[in-house]
Amino acid sequence: MSGFFTALFDPAMPFVRNAVLASLLSSLLFGVLGAVVTVKRVAGLAGAISHAVLGGVGLSIFLASRGILPDLPPIVGALVFAVLAALLIALVSLKAKQREDTVINAIWAIGMSLGVLLIAKTPGYADPMSYLFGNILLVSGRDLILLAALDALVIVLAWAFLPQIEASAFDEDFARTRGVKTDLVFLVLLAVVAVAVVLLQTFVGIVMVIAMLTLPAGTASRSAKSLAGMMLLASLYSVIFSLLGLGASWALDLPAGATVVVISGLVFLGASGAGLAAGALRMRRVRKTAHAKTGLQDCVSGASLSGPKEGA
Amino acid sequence: MNVAVRFDAVSFSYGGIEVLDHTSFHIHEGEFAALLGPNGAGKTTILKLILGLARPAHGRVSVFGQSPEAARGDVGYVPQAVVYDPAFPVSVERVVLMGRLPGASGRYCRDDKEAARRAMDEAGVAALADRSYAALSGGQRRRVLVARALASSPRLLILDEPTSNMDTESEELLFRSLGALKGRTTILIVTHDTSFVSSLTDAALCIRERGGRRGEVVRHPVEPVAEEGLRERGAGPVLRVLHETDLGEDACFEGEERR
Repeated sequence: MSGFFTALFDPAMPFVRNAVLASLLSSLLFGVLGAVVTVKRVAGLAGAISHAVLGGVGLSIFLASRGILPDLPPIVGALVFAVLAALLIALVSLKAKQREDTVINAIWAIGMSLGVLLIAKTPGYADPMSYLFGNILLVSGRDLILLAALDALVIVLAWAFLPQIEASAFDEDFARTRGVKTDLVFLVLLAVVAVAVVLLQTFVGIVMVIAMLTLPAGTASRSAKSLAGMMLLASLYSVIFSLLGLGASWALDLPAGATVVVISGLVFLGASGAGLAAGALRMRRVRKTAHAKTGLQDCVSGASLSGPKEGA
Repeated sequence: MNVAVRFDAVSFSYGGIEVLDHTSFHIHEGEFAALLGPNGAGKTTILKLILGLARPAHGRVSVFGQSPEAARGDVGYVPQAVVYDPAFPVSVERVVLMGRLPGASGRYCRDDKEAARRAMDEAGVAALADRSYAALSGGQRRRVLVARALASSPRLLILDEPTSNMDTESEELLFRSLGALKGRTTILIVTHDTSFVSSLTDAALCIRERGGRRGEVVRHPVEPVAEEGLRERGAGPVLRVLHETDLGEDACFEGEERR
């Protein structure tokens, strides 16, 4: 691990500092956006958007390599596919809720398959795995600026509309009766998720985006007392998981994105397991107390019934 | 007496399935009304129309003489249940504050917090303010939702199946709170129990299908139940709904005298 800290302050290795900065900036997005995605129960929607992005990336590199659109960067295709997926999901979710699951799964599978097909037909070597898990060590200064801008936008939106977001996630019908434009809240959320997914997948990969949108927030929900607290705690967990993952991947020569996902997943599963065990213990204690009380009552009622008989 | 809710020949259908066909009824200000009907009769549709969550295909719905959308600030709504993520970390106080939610952007101010505190007192949940909503029993949650509806000091309070899956103690506490509101707030309770209503009830409105017409709403008289063994509902003995007698649209609330 000491090698990681040496590299962090080595002027010849700016990419390590960029990776750490990207971890910090993306942690804020993962924490705030992840908390909303979790309580609003739209993680499946975010997953579908993030996997549809692979179709856009595949199409971009295919068109560029064939000389049809030679200067087309993958991020443009990713953005187009993310926005189209978000629009389609929004349309189905708002107008035909009963078909939502089917459409989400279809977008998820078709987007990913299309990406794999187009990447396979692209001349030269292109590895779909690099898009699935990304490479945080390749983050540029421009990426960091874009991330910081998206962080600022998400923080402003969360700060200004926290009560409306909270109410529409808790009870959408009631929020509507209070005049909240819940459809607009949903559309803005999907749009921000789509843009965040596109930006984040270019350097942390599609799998890590969806994992980090759900795992730190899921872990935070076990101890947070409010949505704002969950956002802060999820951001903090995300920072810890990302930095631990980066350090471990550097020390053990492992892919950074996959290492971060595994650490986040293990902590989430550990916290969930501990929560379940604590719940089971609590229930056992409650049952034991209830049983003891019932037993005591039986003894008391037994004594009162048998007492006079014996005495008679 | 002023009218709180009026349906004038309202029709509504989901897709091609007609739920209400020229439905007309009204509820007066200050009245404690029970809207009765079996599942699928159209009770939820009527609620959605009053709350402005749905719009009629034909006819007119007015709440305090305004459109339901314009009257939203005067209406408090207690749903049957809230389907939310159990991992959602939210305290009781925060749920009650939602009753003071500003529609557009904006955060809660000190007045909102004081109103929420008063509403929690009225609903008997002030002691639970800092507890997690997820950690409460079903009955406690329902009373928290009543407090949320009361936080905006509504002129009309609507409760959807308020006693379903509720223990007797919570039911009594709920009806005690409603009894304290009776007279100064118009209360509409929606229930699928078509036989008996709370003794607080002034008007029993029954939704039924007659002559192929769906969603006809008629007023029935009520009478105290004398039989032993029938569970009391909070504020006194239950009332039996006399379905065989229709009161007609002109038989309006006149307080205790009519009964």
